[in-house]
Amino acid sequence: MPNLPVAAEIGSGPNPDEPLSIIVAAVLILLIAMGTLIFNIWFERKQVARVQDRLGPNRVGPWGIFQTIADVLKLLTKEIIIPSQIDRLTYWLAPVLAVGAVIMIWAVVPLSPVAIGSDLNVGALYFISISSLGAVGVLAAGWGSNNKYALLGGLRVIAQMVSYEVPLMLSLLVPVMLAGSLSMQDIVDAQGAMWYFILAPVACLIFTTAGQAEVARAPFDLIEGESEIVAGHHIEYSGLAFAMFYLAEWLHSFTLSALCVTLFFGGWQGPFAVEVPALGLLWFFLKTYAGYFILNWLRYTVPRVRIDHMMSFNWKFLTPIALVVLVMTATLEKLWPALFPVDPGRPGFIQSLPRAGILFLANLVLVGVVIMILRQVARRERQRVEDLVDEGQYSAPAPMPEPVEV
Amino acid sequence: MPINLETIAFTLFAAMCVGGGLGVAVLRNLFHAALSLLLALFGAAGLFVLLSAPFLAMVQILVYMGAIAILILFVIMLTQQVIVPEPYNRQWVLGALAALVALGALFMVIAQLGGGDAPYLQPQPLAPEVSDSGIAALGSDLVDPGRYLVPFEVAGLLLTVALVGAISIARED
Repeated sequence: MPNLPVAAEIGSGPNPDEPLSIIVAAVLILLIAMGTLIFNIWFERKQVARVQDRLGPNRVGPWGIFQTIADVLKLLTKEIIIPSQIDRLTYWLAPVLAVGAVIMIWAVVPLSPVAIGSDLNVGALYFISISSLGAVGVLAAGWGSNNKYALLGGLRVIAQMVSYEVPLMLSLLVPVMLAGSLSMQDIVDAQGAMWYFILAPVACLIFTTAGQAEVARAPFDLIEGESEIVAGHHIEYSGLAFAMFYLAEWLHSFTLSALCVTLFFGGWQGPFAVEVPALGLLWFFLKTYAGYFILNWLRYTVPRVRIDHMMSFNWKFLTPIALVVLVMTATLEKLWPALFPVDPGRPGFIQSLPRAGILFLANLVLVGVVIMILRQVARRERQRVEDLVDEGQYSAPAPMPEPVEV
Repeated sequence: MPINLETIAFTLFAAMCVGGGLGVAVLRNLFHAALSLLLALFGAAGLFVLLSAPFLAMVQILVYMGAIAILILFVIMLTQQVIVPEPYNRQWVLGALAALVALGALFMVIAQLGGGDAPYLQPQPLAPEVSDSGIAALGSDLVDPGRYLVPFEVAGLLLTVALVGAISIARED
């Protein structure tokens, strides 16, 4: 890739003394984000079709691969219907904010040892703060549309995003702590010997779950519960304006996978990635698409959760576990070098085994304790319902009627 | 002042701050006023970046824009009267006087510190190529008993008390 601003050492982004390299990097990041999206939409539609036992797009080009391009052309030429009673400024600001907040995250995702939009030394914090801006776009859409369903959808999103940001942030701190840096490139760099998924599997699962809720995709897609609030905040948008929200959501989902890979699955790390940076790009995208596949699989398999379940799942389950994982990892990370002094410098695979083993075991113990507590809670809940039924305060649902033979 | 990337960025962010602040004060539509508050806060975050404080800039975006401004927008969405018929009241003369006095005081402080030629008033390099020693130093200072451990813990305690208080007020029973 001759156009990428190539830096001499691992981890640097574009040269700040060369304004042109900044612009080139920015445009390339934008093109990568948008270019993959065209492919991703086809990829996901094909996958959901297989999950639902359909064929999916299969008319435009081989395996329907050009379907998205046809769809984009259709959306570009479609009339944008603008309701008359909208708040113009807010209405038009919303799609821009929604897309902008997602694309800005790509600035700190390390694509290969030499290709990163900007290797900020606060990269992880940048990701969290930028993704919290996406909520503003949704709010603006909900309010600017002057539609009660849009407003309700907007309110739901904020409740959901603000809540799930807490476990997202707490679980993000675990890889930051393990790497000892907030820079995304440093975090990937530190995973040369061992992926952080081994060291912090629970944090990875919490990050993915909270991220899925942050992206507002199934099973957390309450913002567009069709039967309750129609399409949620983007109900009054059509044509290209609607496409912007669509684009933001799908890109955000892919971005979540890219961030998971960066933080927990070694990013661009892979055989010969340091020697041949282009290979790093290949590993990164292979891992990201594998993650994207799993997230989509989850999305099309699990039904939507109820809003109170979603909230209590976050505050009573994810957040406490994330806090425990954080404290546990911090304690072990401090205790471990004190008990068994390690030689400084980059550890190899063998040298990093003891540390990984201890952290992995601690995570396993935590999972065991959590499952035990969950069993207790479930047993008490069953007992409570049985008592209610015995007292006659609550009647068990009537059995389903027998299916009628035709 | 030389025209370079930093100057352009500074002008842009300063304009965002001032314009956003003005918008908060004069816009009749509360929702628009809150959006311009977001703009002003974003400009301030940009200024922090120019001042080589990226951590502070990110915290500014995360806390002020991602949490507080969203809370304000949330509350406005639930209010009945979003359009304020008259954003000015009879105290505007007093307010303008207070603003002028504050501005004068600021100018005097800056002039005493050495005017526009002072080294720290010169534009700082954009996103400096430093290690994250600044963040590391901040982190260790916050848990250093000789530095900011006590204020940090007291602030944490205060926030916890506020949180518990808010929940106990909001509880229905």
